[in-house]
Amino acid sequence: MSDFLSGLNLLADPAVVFALFIGSIGGVVIGAVPGVGAAVAIAILLPATFALEPLVGLTMLLGIYGSSMYGGSLPAILINTPGTAVNALTTYDGHPMTRRGEALRALGLAYGASFVGGILSIAALILLSPVLAKVAPLFGSREIFLAALLGIVLVVIAHRGQTLVAGSLAAFGILINTIGLEPVRYTQRFTFGQDWLSSGVDLIVVVLGLFALSQAFVLLTDPERAPITQRVQGNMFTAMLGVFRHKRVAGAGSFFGVLMGMIPGVGEFTAQFLTYTYAQKTSKDPDAFGNGSPEGLVASESANNAVPAAAMIPLLALGIPGEALTAMMLSVFYVHNVVPGPGLFQNSMDFVYALYIAMILLNVIVVVFMLFASNWLIRIIRVPTRFLGVMILTLSFVGVYSLRNSVIDCALAAGFGIIGLVLKRMNLPVVPIVLGMVLGGIMEVKLRAAMARVKTPLDFVDRPIAALLAIAIVLLIVGHVWGLFREKRRAVPENEHDHDIHDSQTR
Amino acid sequence: MARSKTFQDLFKRYRRPGDFIISLVSFLFGLALLAALPRQTTWVDGQPLFGQPAFWPTVAVWAMVVFSGLHLLGAMLSERIRGRTEEVVYWLRSIEFAIWFIAYVLIVPRLGYLPSTLIFTNLLVFRLGYRQARWFAFATLFSIAVVVIFKGLLHVKIPSGEIYSLLPSGKFRLFVMIWL
Repeated sequence: MSDFLSGLNLLADPAVVFALFIGSIGGVVIGAVPGVGAAVAIAILLPATFALEPLVGLTMLLGIYGSSMYGGSLPAILINTPGTAVNALTTYDGHPMTRRGEALRALGLAYGASFVGGILSIAALILLSPVLAKVAPLFGSREIFLAALLGIVLVVIAHRGQTLVAGSLAAFGILINTIGLEPVRYTQRFTFGQDWLSSGVDLIVVVLGLFALSQAFVLLTDPERAPITQRVQGNMFTAMLGVFRHKRVAGAGSFFGVLMGMIPGVGEFTAQFLTYTYAQKTSKDPDAFGNGSPEGLVASESANNAVPAAAMIPLLALGIPGEALTAMMLSVFYVHNVVPGPGLFQNSMDFVYALYIAMILLNVIVVVFMLFASNWLIRIIRVPTRFLGVMILTLSFVGVYSLRNSVIDCALAAGFGIIGLVLKRMNLPVVPIVLGMVLGGIMEVKLRAAMARVKTPLDFVDRPIAALLAIAIVLLIVGHVWGLFREKRRAVPENEHDHDIHDSQTR
Repeated sequence: MARSKTFQDLFKRYRRPGDFIISLVSFLFGLALLAALPRQTTWVDGQPLFGQPAFWPTVAVWAMVVFSGLHLLGAMLSERIRGRTEEVVYWLRSIEFAIWFIAYVLIVPRLGYLPSTLIFTNLLVFRLGYRQARWFAFATLFSIAVVVIFKGLLHVKIPSGEIYSLLPSGKFRLFVMIWL
């Protein structure tokens, strides 16, 4: 309890409150504009937050992360274009509701479900935190290595249909992380005799290129689009309360969101899909799913908004980011010499609670904001896409150049921007590169430390958690291969499926 | 088109035009890295395998070669998807905007942050086909807002322009150098 109160005290700092407001409102606006997801915004703002206190910077970034999905549901419902990648499933039921004149009801349900998902997941995690504080110290070097390896395996096999590319991209990320002067034996790795490569390739340069610059290039190269929208009229608060008619689905969404959010490399899509499937199978009207089912909408939005809080668990407890956004946040910790991991839960529980309370507050701020701001946001999403491209390109400059005023960093970021554009056009994921970079670094350090105490290969998995993680890795790989064979036997034609659910252009 | 029906569908992505090109380029890139591996990494005597500086680059490069090789094989054995040339042309067209970005990066230390941003946004807006005065006004307002927020309020590290030193010394020059 004293940690909780101390966490509240940390949040009383005006700078934190200000960051919370900016992050929450900014996140909604950013999420509402198709083509600018939370990843783009966080990548751009990351270097600027290095000058702030860790809690202030993280609160701002968490605000953007947690609130962008609220904003992203607006264009998903009104114009059938998801504002962020994780609102894609929302279009399935949200937009048909708009077409039959229920836009207000759909928006209210989406906001209400997001709020319920967000709050329930944070409440669950606050209750879980004492358990995590006990479990986290059981993770030594070998367990953290195996958890990072599990993250890599999951992020690769999660891209079924493109597993080989995802594997190649994750390996590319691991390689990028090794470039430069190696810190233990001081040997050069892939520097090609170039001084500018000796200090390595900064994660922020890669992230800004892959997420922000690539998005700017896509918007600038594509033909102009300016969405046409209509005003929403009616009482939003009453519409939001409609979610309580679907308590069971919203609860399931929160449950799956928390569960999937905690597993590295999995995230929103799986949580949404499990909830959606559950809701459909238990619904009295399963045929309405995909044609404007309120339950389907609640399933999608409650699940995606329950993930951000849970995604902070592997980051805070083990220092292992599960997806690109938390990987970016990890750099905020590193810049301030705060090392997330088991020690954080033991020694700085107040800091962890402060982050959770900040997430509760951001959900409250956003839901109040959405009561009044939907029609204002509709005007913002009308920004022509190519003008939006100019804005992202201009802002990306600040992100990369302010890092160390290096023209080479900017050129590298532009190069990664082109790579990101090609990947987005091919509907291939950029996340494996980022996770490869971050988890590759963790694996190198932890494996070296772990092997010092290991005599035979079996020693590596002689502790329960290490053994469980190793079994999980083996089972996942075997299950994936088995699934491929089973699928081959069923031989479902490619055009039978919605291929664009994962459209990486919206990331 | 049917919506997602099975759990496996969730994780599916399919090939798009240009898949063969990307698989070929990534495989050749992997091979080039593999050829460079002995010269670009060092195996240190007396070090255990997992502590070797060359261990992780070797793992990564081999994984790239194997995965991209299998991807190339898959692309060669798959049915060709029409639109490959158009796709490659699209990729090449995007390089123009990378050049715009680099040009912007190069002029900032010379002309200063605010003048460079004003020139960059207005020229790019013109290049993109916006001709009405309101778009130039929006570009100008946006440029000023970015400079005020990032350089003025957040104090991000962006050097003052060389051109500012030509201004007569005094309070105005100091103001320009710190804030713009």
